[in-house]
Amino acid sequence: MKKISILDRILLLIVGVLAAYKIVVGIEGFGTLTIVCYTIAFGVLMFAAFLFIIFGFDILDSKLVVIVAAAIPLILSLALIAEYLPSIRTVYMALAAVGLVALAITRYAAPDTVATVVLATVHGIAGLLIFSLPIIFAVQGKTPPGFALVGVGGGVMGIGGLSLVFLKLGKPILSRETIFTVLPGILLFMTVAFVAGLAMR
Amino acid sequence: MTRPRQTSDDTRKQLSTKLRLYWKLIKSLQTGLLLATGVAGFMSARCPALDWRILLSMSGSLFLAISGSTVLNMWYDRDIDGKMPRTCRRPLPSGKVSRREALLLGLVLSVAGVGWAVALQPLYGLVVFAGLFIDVVIYTIWLKRRTAWSIVWGGISGGMPILAGRVLGIAALTGVAQIDLIGVLLSLGVLFWIPTHIMTFNMRYHDDYQTARVPTFPSAYSFQMTRVTIAASSLAAALTMGGAVFLIGTTFGYLRLLVVLSTALLLMAIYSVVRPSDRMNFGLFKYASIYMLSLMLLLILGAL
Repeated sequence: MKKISILDRILLLIVGVLAAYKIVVGIEGFGTLTIVCYTIAFGVLMFAAFLFIIFGFDILDSKLVVIVAAAIPLILSLALIAEYLPSIRTVYMALAAVGLVALAITRYAAPDTVATVVLATVHGIAGLLIFSLPIIFAVQGKTPPGFALVGVGGGVMGIGGLSLVFLKLGKPILSRETIFTVLPGILLFMTVAFVAGLAMR
Repeated sequence: MTRPRQTSDDTRKQLSTKLRLYWKLIKSLQTGLLLATGVAGFMSARCPALDWRILLSMSGSLFLAISGSTVLNMWYDRDIDGKMPRTCRRPLPSGKVSRREALLLGLVLSVAGVGWAVALQPLYGLVVFAGLFIDVVIYTIWLKRRTAWSIVWGGISGGMPILAGRVLGIAALTGVAQIDLIGVLLSLGVLFWIPTHIMTFNMRYHDDYQTARVPTFPSAYSFQMTRVTIAASSLAAALTMGGAVFLIGTTFGYLRLLVVLSTALLLMAIYSVVRPSDRMNFGLFKYASIYMLSLMLLLILGAL
């Protein structure tokens, strides 16, 4: 397992601070459910950054951490749906809850392959929504163009998440070493995109 | 011409070595964290925050008093430190600083710190003195070697800087110094946080403490009981800090952040009870420091 470097820690600290900033500032104008979702998503992101700093990259071997980490795209996508597609909010909330429960059950009570496929499905759907919705809304003029940055962040998160999923399946797209080398940078890029995109909504 | 220059270089080198040793004696990280709580307490009163004269005087006096009590603590515990592998290389047990020198340094720093604090504001000075007295006399000299419950008194002294800062902040704002409910809650928050910080450390270095015959919670009540205590204490810390921050009138944004930080602390503490491991225990120790520093930054930024 790659050892976490000082530079990695600095990048992750910036991720944590940016996520904390977003929890404090700039989400007041949203509806209650959206605020709760953004608070949880950025809260988990901030906590994940701290966990990486404290424990290093091998924290990803923990089953619980995988479930909690998958909550980030799931809850972010729920926030987007709740704010911009309220007509399907309840249905998506139910689906998100089912996804999270399925993740938890398969992590502890199913073979690794099944658990990873469920993870990839949940992560994939949520990632696709975060990637596509802000870009579509920006193109349609429903939101300012800068909001598309949230989609860019979602795309980066999807790439990072899928790399980790394939690694867990034993069919890595990139080597473990490479993934962990770029992971802090990816997390930072993603967080900056989210924070900037939400600020431009 | 060469000899005086060489002498001057030697003196500079000796002075630099001495200062490095003194720096180790004051436990800079711990002192820094306690100082941060004092600044946060001061700012929490929403006093004229940019009154640099008061802010710097408070920081200076608190730094001296906290450093003084830490040096006196190190001076008194030099025999214990000498028995524990983790601490045996500290300046006193390793003989790099003499006992007399450390005692003198501790007394000078303490008197200067408390004196400056009293001159700044009498009630503030009294709280600073109380913190120093409880830490050195009640905790270190009287109870630390006798009972595992000494940690309560260590916690009370740890809560004094934030209370002192709050008292001075109120005095700067209203002209009348007083101990208010928010100050007490902030102080209790630190008191309840202390077990998470100290007991995780007690478990990690359990053998060291056994060797030095220092009673700790893990040795007196078992590791699992200690973990449960840490979880309960973390909950109490989160609730009291939450109450204080709410009463201060901080914005909802900062309250949300407080809830997230506290939830993470509780989850780690509970996970440590359910799935105990050395790694998780040390992770909780580290996160507890991040938690407290973040809360203090939150209080400072929230007051600006």
